[in-house]
Amino acid sequence: MNRIIERTELVPNVHKMVIEAPLLAKKVLPGHFLIIMADEEGERIPISVSDWDEKAGTVTIFFLEAGVSTMKLALKNAGDSLHAVVGPLGRPAKIGKYGTVLLGGGCYGIGAITSIARAMKAAGNKIIIITEARSKYLLYNQEVLRPLADNYIETTSDGSSGIKGKVQDVVQYITYQEKVDLAYFIGCTFMMMTCSNATRGKNLRTLVALNSLMLDGTGMCGVCRVTVGGQTKFACVDGPEFDGHQVDWLGVLQRKSMYLQEEMLAYQYHSCRALRPKEEESEQHG
Amino acid sequence: MDEAPQEKKRVPRQKMPEQHPMVRARNFNEVPTGYSPETAQLEAGRCLQCKKPTCISGCPVGVKIPEFIKLIKEGDFVAAARKVKETNALPAVCGRVCPQEIQCEGTCVLSKKGEAVAIGHLERFCADFERKTHQVCLPAKSAPNGKKVAVVGAGPAGLTVAGDLILLGYQVTIFEALHKPGGVLIYGIPEFRLPKETVEAEVKYLQSLGVELRLNTVIGTIRSVKELMEEDGYDAVFIGVGAGLPQFMKMPGENLCGVYSANEYLTRANLLKAYLFPRYDTPLARGRNVAVVGGGNVAMDSVRTALRLGADNASIIYRRSIDEMPARREEIHHGEQEGVQFKLLTNPVEVIGDERGWVKSIKCIKMELGEPDASGRRRPVPVRGSEFDLPVDLVVIAIGTDANPLLTANMPELKLNQWGYIEIDENGRTSVPLVYAGGDIVTCSATVILAMGAGRKAANAIHEDLMGKKAEFSQTCAAKI
Repeated sequence: MNRIIERTELVPNVHKMVIEAPLLAKKVLPGHFLIIMADEEGERIPISVSDWDEKAGTVTIFFLEAGVSTMKLALKNAGDSLHAVVGPLGRPAKIGKYGTVLLGGGCYGIGAITSIARAMKAAGNKIIIITEARSKYLLYNQEVLRPLADNYIETTSDGSSGIKGKVQDVVQYITYQEKVDLAYFIGCTFMMMTCSNATRGKNLRTLVALNSLMLDGTGMCGVCRVTVGGQTKFACVDGPEFDGHQVDWLGVLQRKSMYLQEEMLAYQYHSCRALRPKEEESEQHG
Repeated sequence: MDEAPQEKKRVPRQKMPEQHPMVRARNFNEVPTGYSPETAQLEAGRCLQCKKPTCISGCPVGVKIPEFIKLIKEGDFVAAARKVKETNALPAVCGRVCPQEIQCEGTCVLSKKGEAVAIGHLERFCADFERKTHQVCLPAKSAPNGKKVAVVGAGPAGLTVAGDLILLGYQVTIFEALHKPGGVLIYGIPEFRLPKETVEAEVKYLQSLGVELRLNTVIGTIRSVKELMEEDGYDAVFIGVGAGLPQFMKMPGENLCGVYSANEYLTRANLLKAYLFPRYDTPLARGRNVAVVGGGNVAMDSVRTALRLGADNASIIYRRSIDEMPARREEIHHGEQEGVQFKLLTNPVEVIGDERGWVKSIKCIKMELGEPDASGRRRPVPVRGSEFDLPVDLVVIAIGTDANPLLTANMPELKLNQWGYIEIDENGRTSVPLVYAGGDIVTCSATVILAMGAGRKAANAIHEDLMGKKAEFSQTCAAKI
């Protein structure tokens, strides 16, 4: 169960993982996410599904190694298993014929926008894809995204590839140049916030896929709650897709930072063997 | 009256030894430590062995109480455990978490004259004895009848259905959304009230009987009930998914950092073992001043968990008085002993945060009791101008749950009531043929034993509908495990 077929570090700290999950591969749709536990002591973390192969019975995820849970995932290799893979969760993306669809991806989002881009293209939309990274060596997934896009634009903060700047800068530019009917952003919270702000007031429908903290992913705990248009919503069952102009971004950023201290402590604990209880030392690790 | 009952009455109700409140308030070990065989026999001797026992009518699953108590008195503890198991699949769990004072013990003849027989303690004792001495045995199963039943949700209702049907010869598969089976017994009720090894042993027992368990499987998304029946060949489906959507107060500041639903707080602590952080990866904020809003068992579990996680002040904020609190008296009493503070006739109106978005205080208003409302309890009315700020750094909202629509939303043919709970007949049948339901997704937040009672009824209905027979069980030992 949940055997890993492939785990590759595409660029520093960003990993691609292909997981064997035949039932899941049959049911998953663009926009769905999974809850994954690396091992028995692990956290339950939400990760967007980027792609899947119904025939092979696999699903593909991309993730940024940023803390203990993603570190544990990054230490897994082909042939290993995950403790839990739950899904498909969340509401699928609303795919339809909008006209021109702009998709912006940063960080793990460069991978996560794949299935949405493909479905939007299949629905007959003109596709603009913009990706962002700090530098050229952190960009990935071009070979998949480029053929899907009518207009494929890369941005880097240092200007080492494509346009110097971020997705939000290009969005400003493009929306002056041509009519865009739908903007869709996936990436870190900060990136989704700045991009949503960039399309605000332009009469441009803007969607984001929120990546709140979650436990069960089925609406049971409420940790993922977020204020959207003045109302409390659960990102796991009401989302993860929301109107980027209605989201209370400060609230999202604050709630995401709730465990920063604990996250650092956990990371130190796992990387520093001296802090671990003795009995664990004697256990054999293959 | 002859002399014997007089003699019996002289023995007082035997107390179960407990960890000292000051010690246990700082650890997660179980509070009451269990009867010794001698104490159990002494307590069992108090039972009058009524010819027409009133206690059984107080039990939602009809445990043969006088019979099992007699066996304890005679020293045959294993036989006593098997007697309980004839009608109750989870005796070690029920002995701990059932509200006996309003069920079997509440209807015990002795309760009218003084103190009821400690039926719950005795139930726990014999079940623990059987398990700890490795004498649990697998009862004989009926021959396979070729029918397949899917159980959705591995909580108390689902485990009961599975336990009953597997003995009747069905092939049973339980589908569970979380990564551990047990439902509320695992994610909700804390270790100090129900040790997880007890739940694990009960689940293992069902697995030894042949029940198949599929974890991490959310029915309603990865598989629908219809697909289970039409494609996967299940002849019947039981839905016992619980009531899982936490309610909030809808007051300002409720989305600040440090505000938890009780479900989240307890799930982190119990299911994900956040109290063992960082050995387990899931964190949980350790508040120094914790306020828990609500007056039920879940609120008591949360506030006592907060104490054990190191809170200096752990308070219950409840809008009525202590008499109206729905929590078990035993839990309130245990909490009081451990140092839980009760801010009664008090209702929160706003959570106030600091500049980092963290809770810093909770604004409350004093209440007074007015006329009785629909529930028969006196309605709390706010006292004008009595607002005050309580400094806290962690707030847990434990005011109940709503029906989780994850499964039901994809089944338009399933009849729900106006609040989204599944409608059933008196035997657990839903509006969809061969689909049954029970537990909190039918009754709204209730107790473990009521969910088990509902499971038992549904199992009987399934057996009647599929095989046209009334269910009969025996506990004849077939194999040791």
